[in-house]
Amino acid sequence: MTKEEIVKIINDFLVDEFEMNESQLVPEALLKEDLSIESLDFVDIAVVIEKKFGFKVKGEDMMNVRTLGDLHDYIYNYLNTNK
Amino acid sequence: MSNSTNRVVITGLGIYSTIGKNLSDVKDSLFNGKSGIVLDAERKLWGFQSGLTGKIDRPQLKGLLDRRARVSMPEQAEYAYMATVQALQHAKMDPEFLDKNEVGVIYGNDSSTVPVINSIDIIREKKDTLLVGSGAVFQAMNSSVTMNLSVIFKLKGVNFTLSGACASGSHSIGMGYFLIKHGYQKSIVCGGAQEVNLFCVGSFDGLGAFAKRENEPTKASRPFDKTRDGLVPSGGAATVILESYESAVKRGAPILAELIGYGFSSDGKHISVPDVDGPVRAIRMSLDVAGVSPENIDYINAHATSTPLGDQNEAKAIDQVFGNYRPLVSSTKSMTGHEMWMAGASEIIYSIIMMQNSFVAPNINFTEPDEVTEKLNIASKTTSKNIDIFLSNSFGFGGTNSSLIVKKIK
Repeated sequence: MTKEEIVKIINDFLVDEFEMNESQLVPEALLKEDLSIESLDFVDIAVVIEKKFGFKVKGEDMMNVRTLGDLHDYIYNYLNTNK
Repeated sequence: MSNSTNRVVITGLGIYSTIGKNLSDVKDSLFNGKSGIVLDAERKLWGFQSGLTGKIDRPQLKGLLDRRARVSMPEQAEYAYMATVQALQHAKMDPEFLDKNEVGVIYGNDSSTVPVINSIDIIREKKDTLLVGSGAVFQAMNSSVTMNLSVIFKLKGVNFTLSGACASGSHSIGMGYFLIKHGYQKSIVCGGAQEVNLFCVGSFDGLGAFAKRENEPTKASRPFDKTRDGLVPSGGAATVILESYESAVKRGAPILAELIGYGFSSDGKHISVPDVDGPVRAIRMSLDVAGVSPENIDYINAHATSTPLGDQNEAKAIDQVFGNYRPLVSSTKSMTGHEMWMAGASEIIYSIIMMQNSFVAPNINFTEPDEVTEKLNIASKTTSKNIDIFLSNSFGFGGTNSSLIVKKIK
């Protein structure tokens, strides 16, 4: 899967499910502070990741995911190191 | 807290039911004897003995509520939300009022079936509990409705769900009544909510308790009628806002009616077969608390669910208490089906609508009584009637009984 495809899937989910604006979804956007994603929401993001990308998110790996770009990179890197 | 008690009035009503999603539509349905019952073919595919059910649509909440609220709410909380929005508007309780005043919430609910099934199915398949999602635990609890209502409307008073089987909605109003009467709260959002799906009533259907007249769904619910053969499950939500008379007058709230009595009892006998003595005691207690006599009751909204024994035992209880006074009786379950955890609250709303418009809604499908139900004065057609005071009964599994008495405020 390409990086662009991952970005589209995640961003579409955020627009659709979380009713966010496309304009908010820049790589530098901080998930908590800018996009108001709270701890309960991370559970649902993990559910989407399992459904769309086929792997279970590990809690400790998500510790370093602070921005939207970090999230895209995390998924991309996981898929490419775990082929 | 002083020793004197407060008068308790009703200042807001909201309804989301199989016979209407607002007070005006419900009034038309009641007046015209319109049924909300259909045959759900899917239930037959699942092996149900009866495919009959009340019909209700899920509301579309995207745009009305944020995502966090929506994912935390099971079906019946959605109905409760719709009913409560109406009731709060009716009561002129805006967000500023709710922020500055402690308004409580006591709502009847006794199941939350589908979220539990969904969660377990996911866990079984995926062997991973995270994958049930963030809303699952909140949706699955009996107290899901009050949990969600208190968060959405930012309520700051008393907050709990009341489970009392088919008397849940009625008892919730009764408990709200006591708290306000004795000065513990000034206003409380009360009500009852009931999920409508085949999963929540599968085991109930298995008891053979449901009506079987599938070729004529609107005729299947026939409380007190000689040929009744069971109840029809139904649901939705109903909200009744209670307030102290003093508080209502002070803020210029609409005063729709006065709640003057609440009576309760337990049969102490059988888990599913209703009794006569238990209901008699609940009715008598409500009359006592209200300070009225049987001859003061103009109308009885019966619990009667269209079961052979249940309707008969309620008829005996009513006959025992009211004897020759024979107030007009009807069961709105003839139109709505059995709204279960919602019923006690919705039937207060149906009866207030009748009281405000001076008619008794028909007990439809009542063509011939049996040897016991013939003792009652049953309104088989819409009947013009000035109702000053009505009694509403709700009796549930496990012998839980609740009776409420409401008076017109002139």
